[in-house]
Amino acid sequence: MFLDFALVLLRMFKKILIANRGEIAVRVIRACRELGITSVAVFSDVDRSALHVRKADEAYHIGPAAAAESYLNFDKILGVAKHSAAEAIHPGYGFLSENARFAQACVNAGIKFIGPTAQSMEMMGSKTRARQNMEKAGVPFVPGTSRGVESPEQAEQVAEKVGYPVMLKAAAGGGGKGMRLVHKPEDLKSALESAQSEALRSFGDSEVYIEKAIVNPRHIEMQILADEHGNTVYLGERECSIQRRHQKVVEESPSPIVDPEMRRRMGEIAVRVAQAAGYANAGTVEFLVDPQKNFYFLEMNTRLQVEHPVTELITGLDLVHLQIRIAAGEKLPFTQDDIRIRGHAIECRIYAEDPDNNYFPSPGKITLLLAPSGPGIRRDSGMYEGWTVPIEYDPLLAKLIGYGTDRDQAIARLQRALNEYFVGGIKTNISLFRRILKDPDFHAGKFDTSYLDRLLKTPTPEVKGEHAEVAAIAAGIFAMLDPVSGAGNGRAGTNGNSAAKKEAGNGWKQAARVEALRG
Amino acid sequence: MIYDVAIDGTNHRLELERSEKIWRCRLNGRDVQMDAVLTRPDVLSILIEGRAYEIKRERTAVDLHYWVGPVRYSAEVRDPRSLRGRKGTGNDDAGPKKLIAPMPGKVVRLLVAEKEEVEAGQGILVVEAMKMQNEIKSPKKGTVQKIVVMEGASVNPTDVLAIIA
Repeated sequence: MFLDFALVLLRMFKKILIANRGEIAVRVIRACRELGITSVAVFSDVDRSALHVRKADEAYHIGPAAAAESYLNFDKILGVAKHSAAEAIHPGYGFLSENARFAQACVNAGIKFIGPTAQSMEMMGSKTRARQNMEKAGVPFVPGTSRGVESPEQAEQVAEKVGYPVMLKAAAGGGGKGMRLVHKPEDLKSALESAQSEALRSFGDSEVYIEKAIVNPRHIEMQILADEHGNTVYLGERECSIQRRHQKVVEESPSPIVDPEMRRRMGEIAVRVAQAAGYANAGTVEFLVDPQKNFYFLEMNTRLQVEHPVTELITGLDLVHLQIRIAAGEKLPFTQDDIRIRGHAIECRIYAEDPDNNYFPSPGKITLLLAPSGPGIRRDSGMYEGWTVPIEYDPLLAKLIGYGTDRDQAIARLQRALNEYFVGGIKTNISLFRRILKDPDFHAGKFDTSYLDRLLKTPTPEVKGEHAEVAAIAAGIFAMLDPVSGAGNGRAGTNGNSAAKKEAGNGWKQAARVEALRG
Repeated sequence: MIYDVAIDGTNHRLELERSEKIWRCRLNGRDVQMDAVLTRPDVLSILIEGRAYEIKRERTAVDLHYWVGPVRYSAEVRDPRSLRGRKGTGNDDAGPKKLIAPMPGKVVRLLVAEKEEVEAGQGILVVEAMKMQNEIKSPKKGTVQKIVVMEGASVNPTDVLAIIA
């Protein structure tokens, strides 16, 4: 509809390297294919059999499993780009997507980085610098300091002024690290010391600032899109309050509490934030919303996000196509007035985790995969039957999205699809979503960032086994028709290399921290 | 064929016969009108008196389960005629079962001793990994034939931890 095909062919890239793995690499490869662009994949030792390698046009090995030696390694990634003559690099999310030095290294190497400039990233990467710039741009943000706390005395003064409870946060931080909630003045000094040392340990920067703590906020973020000619639009908000330990698990668009007027106000402010940062390409402005629906700038994510599909479904736009076209120099093919929001979309992040064992990562071989499809169902997946989920990376397997004409229909379709979804051989968090989607508060749109941790504290409802007799009959039939050879004898379905597993204990946590993937 | 099937510890007696494409099924003394088709390895379509069920069989290195809808059942199938005289090597359904480490970690506690009688689902030992403790349970009712590891031992997936006879 908006595609001027001839012009696109003249300016478009011929070859793009995807500096990522898993479901997002598959997503970007698909966009390349749809645009007639040759895709180049990279893979580490443990990803040779990964789905993204099979779907790409070219693929190159870049090193051992450890991200620092492969997916985070500038020299290796740029080396492959040069060798394959890739003209541009799409960084996906996590890994190098918000690494200003890498964005600059691409510029220096004459390769187009599909995303914002290094300068925009740097401005938004430091939370205190972001706040300072937002102050200048007249953007509402949570009262507090825009600079790091200089002394416990100054901290006390600020806390008195904004009022308790206050949140201490690491300027260079993310993912919930270096954060401390302080309710009483007596606790401030020790909380400050421990936040500063955790910030130093996790991010190499002890700078901590103070914000008024909004009690039970909702996390609502606004998708923006800007071309390299100064045009910036907002594409609607996403409600991301359903989080477990600060990691998003369910996202939806539009938010159940945002009406068109609030959307317009938040959207215009998000555009102002992006413009103040000189932003180009896709980005997301995060807000905290209090129970009175006042919203405050929290931070900006200078990349495409995991949950982008819900925005794509309600706007009818392909964000990855647009990212590529923007990077190729095209102007946005629409104005703010052209953007329409239609229907409702809800996404579940399917992780290889055991909900009955505190969400312990569950690597291993997927022995059986029955994946849902049908009306209003979108599935962005990096897994397949027979694949062994590696230990070394964040265990996001797939995103399941339900779309409908309204929220109720989206919920019904998603529930139906979750009932069709079966992943055998490893544990997944699918049962968690069945539980959330049945919850009356979720149906009512009544939740905030403390919702899921609260829900999980209530005992898991017993799933009644009414079909023991059916199972008994099935067991006999399987024995007759499909006898198990060597099943459960300790050798069948061996879950990968034992030696590699020795590192497993630290692998997941390390990798997730380094990638800062979630959220 | 006659089978003794234990579902989550409860025993059922099953008689199954198929001639041409017609099934005959008798469960715990009751005739059941049933039809079944294996749609692909590990996935069964069963029709019981008109109700349709999709049954998934899930095999991991450690155990075997059947899923009816979202509910998982553990099952042991015994062909009673061949039970006698069987030594049971490896993990034959009626023979000794090896308890396998499902994850890398360290054995922090033994919960039972050799020669002790245990129930299906009873905790045998505790493995710790990533600061979390995981109780490894017995897959069957029986006797602890051998505990292979000691407290403090490091284990990897597919390592044998114990044998329940």
